[in-house]
Amino acid sequence: MQEIMLTARLAASPAARCVARSSLVVALLTTCLTAATAQSTEDETSGAMRRLTEAQYRNAIADIFGPEIQVVGRMDPLVRPPHGLQAASVSRISVSAAGLEQYVRMARAIASQVVDEQHRGTFVACPSRVVDRADDVCATAFFRRIGHLLFRRPVSAGNVRALVAASREGARLSGSFHTGLALGLETMLVSPHFLFDIDVTEPDPTQPGTRQLDAYSKASRLSFFLWNTTPDQELLAAAARGDLHTPRGLATQVDRLLAAPRVEDTVRTFFADMLGFERIGDLAKDAVIYPQFTRDVKADMPEQTLRTIVDLLLRDNGDYRDLLTTRRTFMTRALGVVYRLPVPEGDAWVPYEFPAESQRVGILTQMSFLAAFSHDGRSSATLRGKAIRELLLCQPVPDPPANVNFSLVEDTSNAERPTARDRLTPHRNSRACASCHRVMDPIGLSLENFDGVGTYRTEENGAPIDVSGELDGVLFDGPVALGHAVRTHPALPACFVNRLSEYAVRRSLTAADTAWVTDLTTGFAGSEYRLRDLLRAIATSDAFYRPILNEHDAVGEVQR
Amino acid sequence: MRTGLSRRVVLRGLFQGATVAVALPYLDCFLNSNGTALAAGAPLPVRFGTWFWGLGVTPGRWHPTTIGRDYDLPPELTPIAAQKDKITIFSGFDCLTDGKPNFPHATAGPAFRTGIAPSSSGVLHGPSFDTIVANEIGNDTRFRSLDVSAIGDRTNTLSGQGVGQMNPTESSALAFYQRIFGEGFTDPNAATFTPDPIKMARKSALSIVKDQRRALEQQLGTADRARIDQYFTSLRQVESQLALQLQKPEPLVACQVPAGPEDKEVANDLEDVTQNHEVMTRLLAMALACNQTKVFNMSFNNGASSLTRRGSATSHHQLTHDEPIDPELGYQPESTKFIDDIMKAWGTFVSVLDGMPEGDGTLLDHMLIVAHSETEFARRHNINNLPIMFAGRAGGRIHSGLHVVGNSDPVSSVALTAMQVMGVAQDSFGAGAMQTRKTIGEIVV
Repeated sequence: MQEIMLTARLAASPAARCVARSSLVVALLTTCLTAATAQSTEDETSGAMRRLTEAQYRNAIADIFGPEIQVVGRMDPLVRPPHGLQAASVSRISVSAAGLEQYVRMARAIASQVVDEQHRGTFVACPSRVVDRADDVCATAFFRRIGHLLFRRPVSAGNVRALVAASREGARLSGSFHTGLALGLETMLVSPHFLFDIDVTEPDPTQPGTRQLDAYSKASRLSFFLWNTTPDQELLAAAARGDLHTPRGLATQVDRLLAAPRVEDTVRTFFADMLGFERIGDLAKDAVIYPQFTRDVKADMPEQTLRTIVDLLLRDNGDYRDLLTTRRTFMTRALGVVYRLPVPEGDAWVPYEFPAESQRVGILTQMSFLAAFSHDGRSSATLRGKAIRELLLCQPVPDPPANVNFSLVEDTSNAERPTARDRLTPHRNSRACASCHRVMDPIGLSLENFDGVGTYRTEENGAPIDVSGELDGVLFDGPVALGHAVRTHPALPACFVNRLSEYAVRRSLTAADTAWVTDLTTGFAGSEYRLRDLLRAIATSDAFYRPILNEHDAVGEVQR
Repeated sequence: MRTGLSRRVVLRGLFQGATVAVALPYLDCFLNSNGTALAAGAPLPVRFGTWFWGLGVTPGRWHPTTIGRDYDLPPELTPIAAQKDKITIFSGFDCLTDGKPNFPHATAGPAFRTGIAPSSSGVLHGPSFDTIVANEIGNDTRFRSLDVSAIGDRTNTLSGQGVGQMNPTESSALAFYQRIFGEGFTDPNAATFTPDPIKMARKSALSIVKDQRRALEQQLGTADRARIDQYFTSLRQVESQLALQLQKPEPLVACQVPAGPEDKEVANDLEDVTQNHEVMTRLLAMALACNQTKVFNMSFNNGASSLTRRGSATSHHQLTHDEPIDPELGYQPESTKFIDDIMKAWGTFVSVLDGMPEGDGTLLDHMLIVAHSETEFARRHNINNLPIMFAGRAGGRIHSGLHVVGNSDPVSSVALTAMQVMGVAQDSFGAGAMQTRKTIGEIVV
């Protein structure tokens, strides 16, 4: 707790942040969970409502209406909370006026496709087949069935009646049953019950006086976690039967979802989020210094890492920590230029294994890391060291003081300081900078064999590069040894569990999650760090379905 | 008379349509003989906007040295020479953080817009003043506000209601064009108007969604309730858009539907951004002339500017850190060049709006634009002496063309003054050290 207080106090005082930092090395060594918990200022009454991400919205439409229904439009962008996942931002945001305008547009386009002559047979299964006027019986059946899927729970009779009435009015004004039906469907598609996943709670019969998520809310939580989409019919049926309230019934569904190829969608989405891949989209490199950094390279670099991850963790059911040391990956022709490897002609991805004598091991020696955490025209030991601390070890490093003078470090033309190590020396000699930089630079300096886009080198400005490094007291030499040092760092698995849990609940974690995450971390070690086991452990744990209580719940039961 | 339309013909056309309360602010034939007000006596509407740029100014090259009217124009202000008498410069107004950290590039923007220093990077802890003004004056137009970023970043915004959702910006000129003049736009000068009956049904169907509000609010805790409330606020705009489409719009002489811009991907390249800014400025001016909105937010670049100059990938932001101060010039030459270019874009912005005649003056005369950055001097990241300007005469509600010097007063008093000028009934703004009740009296008429 002392460390947490220290972290919090230092973070709150900018002037003191760097200067008093030698003691912070201790604080930084606390587990990621306590660090992240100290960070969290989340209000426990927030987070019971999550906006669907763009991918979840698109997946839901494709799953319910088929992939041939076009979804054209854009959503309010997600903004990463400090030191958190983008996924957690869905518990903080709402819908702007511009965003809702887009949803309305998309809803109209989707609804008109669903009822067009080509598709209506699939979705509007009514015997009467009237087309020029309202048909309340047919419309009722349609809204019950589609609404159940869109709202991820049965739609109330009152709501169905209102939608049927709106459709009747639409049919009267337009002279078309299907136009009227589309109008009701549009309304559903802009409803908060579709655009948000909103928790519904009920009294927990096994523990009187407490509340639990109802079965449908559990189904949504599970499905958005493991499949990144809306619950399918089978999961909704399991919810209706009450299966999700029994350990056995829940396990059956979890195993079914985990066995499906769609888990890959979640794994990719999660890792892209955890590794901050959104920054790759904005990445620009100096074209004179790095002519090999092309558009194709930029597109392929995150994909290379995601393929490495999926291959190791899902296909081979490997040890999570091996992501830091694996020599196996995939290549394209474009990437081969930067990696300086002969790669066959064509657009295909080909499996590739770096030879034992190569300095490339693990995802930290891939371009998605090396190029993303570099400057435009040169590498950055500091950015790389900071990223390893923050992304993999959950140890946030504060920003530099607002009035810092960067010029000494940044001037690569200074003949007296040919290498990054030389240029970073002023950091270590300046009292104001040293305390922070000593937890970042010695990690990153071991990756100096890779330039600002990730191409291997042994010299900088004609001087040999010294790649000795240090990570929390462990001394090592070069990228391969760094991979092993990070792989065995005690904070690595706990950080990963922390991040995956945050992704699973789609909100920032709070103190109330500590015991849960600690248990999961123990279990993760017990399973020898298998991702599938961790996904299963999260999805079957009670705490994953813990409702966020609000003041209504506190005062007792409310009418819903 | 600039149209072939007689006053009687227009009135007849209007009154034969549905009974609509129409304000006819921009049609010169409806103005009184001085052109200063509607013939009926109502004043011309005043529009409100913000213009943001990142990475501040160069000390000694931007702030005027003389105070009051006829201030001098240091090098970085020369692009506004033609509009100087309509632009007020503020010096000596500070962001006060009450001991909260100065998050580089992410404190002053939120602090100025909300009057509350953020406790984490870039967060709005209250509604931004532009949304407060939009709630006051923006409800009878199709868009409560239009939010634009010339640099290719949809998250480049300082506008929001303070509940976590920021208002995204449009950074593609084509998408911006389509949003204004595409589906849902009714040409106010079209010869015929046929309301689409299905829109009536569509509008009433939205009440199904609105009816769920109470139940949802009861289901959620305080923080989530604020978020669902924002959803319903957004829904109100959708409703009023449908309502407007059911009415025959008032003819507007200055409104001419422009040609669509080319589809061009814009990222960080200064030339692209400058061009994109000019195209979107012209679209925005037309959106105002066509009465599609009364409020806007325009950002040229972002805080911690990612602008680059063609042929170099070293960003504007990187330069402000890396580039040594030239001992002879006394400033960082390359960084300063970016500021010069940004101020030229600002000059373009005001001159486009000032080039559109309206009433007895120009569109700019009937506007209040608050322009500001997120730091004074990027190299130091300081948030005191924040560069702020007012442009426009706000329909005669303010004295313009002044250099106003504060005494380390909080920036919130500038924001409060702007809101009051726009008719917001608010007598205080901000929190902590930035809480203020002080209006800057010298600029208010």
